[in-house]
Amino acid sequence: MESAKTDKIFEILTRSLGSLVLATAMGGFITLTILSWPSIKAFGPSFLWSTRWDPVQGQFGALPFIVGTLATSFLALFISTPFSLGTSLFLAEYSPPKIGNAVAFLVELLAAIPSVIYGLWGIFFLVPLVRKMEMAFNLPPYGVGGFTASLILAIMILPYATSVIREVISLVPQELREGAYALGATRWEVMRYVVLPYARSGILAGTVLALGRALGETMAITMVIGNRNELLRSIFEPTNTMASVIANEFTEATSSVYLSSLVEIGLVLFVITLVVNILARMVTERLKMEKGE
Amino acid sequence: MKEAPMEEILKTQDLKAYFEELEILKGINLSIPKNRVTAIMGPSGCGKTTLLRCFNRMHEETPGAHTKGKIFLEGKDILSMNPILVRKMVGMVFQKPNPFPTMSIYENVLAGYRLNGIKLRKEEAQGIVEESLKKAVLWDEVKDFLHRRGTFLSGGQQQRLCIARALAVNPKLLLMDEPTSALDPKATRRVEELVTELKEAVTIVIVTHNTSQAGRVADYTAFLYLGELIEFGPTEELFTAPKDPRTEEYLTGKFG
Ligand SMILES: Nc1ncnc2c1ncn2[C@@H]1O[C@H](COP(=O)(O)OP(=O)(O)OP(=O)(O)O)[C@@H](O)[C@H]1O
Ligand SMILES: [Mg+2]
Repeated sequence: MESAKTDKIFEILTRSLGSLVLATAMGGFITLTILSWPSIKAFGPSFLWSTRWDPVQGQFGALPFIVGTLATSFLALFISTPFSLGTSLFLAEYSPPKIGNAVAFLVELLAAIPSVIYGLWGIFFLVPLVRKMEMAFNLPPYGVGGFTASLILAIMILPYATSVIREVISLVPQELREGAYALGATRWEVMRYVVLPYARSGILAGTVLALGRALGETMAITMVIGNRNELLRSIFEPTNTMASVIANEFTEATSSVYLSSLVEIGLVLFVITLVVNILARMVTERLKMEKGE
Repeated sequence: MKEAPMEEILKTQDLKAYFEELEILKGINLSIPKNRVTAIMGPSGCGKTTLLRCFNRMHEETPGAHTKGKIFLEGKDILSMNPILVRKMVGMVFQKPNPFPTMSIYENVLAGYRLNGIKLRKEEAQGIVEESLKKAVLWDEVKDFLHRRGTFLSGGQQQRLCIARALAVNPKLLLMDEPTSALDPKATRRVEELVTELKEAVTIVIVTHNTSQAGRVADYTAFLYLGELIEFGPTEELFTAPKDPRTEEYLTGKFG
């Protein structure tokens, strides 16, 4: 009796909390849509592929920022993934538990560092470094730009991917590892043929989580990307991302169409993040089915 | 002492096994006869699994675990060999069937080759798969969907797949740790029949809790109690005329 009642209460509670989360997301989406209405009306879908961002003439197009965000995020993911995968494999399979926990703690600490600190470090350390490198390769020595932003992002997303991947690797059933060892496999072979294939979907999930982080990162990027509102032609040039342009220009947006264009960029970012996560979920489900779960 | 002289394949000398400081096996001297089935029995926690895992050096995979003493496989001390080489000669079947869920039935059988980076020609691979699955009496049940995943099989079929996987690399010795404890009676009987057939080709050491199972499949039985080998001999002798009172107590179900 009592427990049936508590069950009921609990069910109602979880259900309403769940709906609340959904409602908040929906509310955010609706608000963004309403606020970006002037811009949607003025530019239509061409907002998405126009490269002109001209507050003086009141012409706004989001392509430079969409490209800037996607390019830096994916490059960051590309740079970061070997490290997060390597670190989590080391932590889960090679290191003695004590060292493993210490290293895991340090990696997770990376996630606790405020974004603006990464930005400062980027300005004082990475930017000069990248500038030297650009000079060595006979490129215009900007220092700031898409490449520097990607490097910072790569470090920033490392702890997210690492902790998820470490988790899923530790979930690979011990008896599968033992089965492989008993066949005379080495550590590396166990990892390559048993652990990694089993953990594939989880690794992908971790990577996408990291991508989601990268897409939305703002402060550190603003500080090192150069904030040039032009379509990126080379990754070494200064450019801008969606999150960064919103943060930078929001206070300066004087006209209503300017302001609503910035909000529309926010809307696009929202949708891209959503789509990335849904796609990842779909792929993860398919991989799980293949595994026969 | 009137048993016919047997050829031994594996022999332990004062074998001790530890988890950290804890001594689990307290000096085991045991000879496993070649091409016979030897059962290891004893109450829960007495060290059966530990003993078995010493035979293929899996014991040391557990952090903090180590061994002392000697284990000879065909005269060679395996404790001073590379564990990887030992495991290629000594196969193991686990308590819970553990086919690799990311591999097909076909790939599972060949896992011992693939995991060791050995490339096989296609005909050769097919031959090994068919032969191993036939040895494990699974061929007829799975031959039409070799390229599907092993996880769709029943528990008993999965266990036979694991046996086929172990047999595929032609081990000298096959270790089985309560291979039927997760199976229903019918699947259990099939595995038991299989064990009896296999001893023509391979020596088997099987851990079992089940006295009647030992009676059905084992030529020899070792009785282990609190990390010590209490008694070892032909199963019939040990069952009908145990020399040690503890063996008798165990067999009559006083403990365990
Ligand atoms: N990883 C471990 N760390 C510490 N002690 C362990 C570990 N594994 C097993 N032991 C201990 O070693 C002893 C022997 O264990 P073992 O698994 O060999 O027993 P067993 O005879 O196979 O028992 P069962 O019939 O229940 O399978 C037990 O007392 C157990 O508590
Ligand atoms: Mg056991």
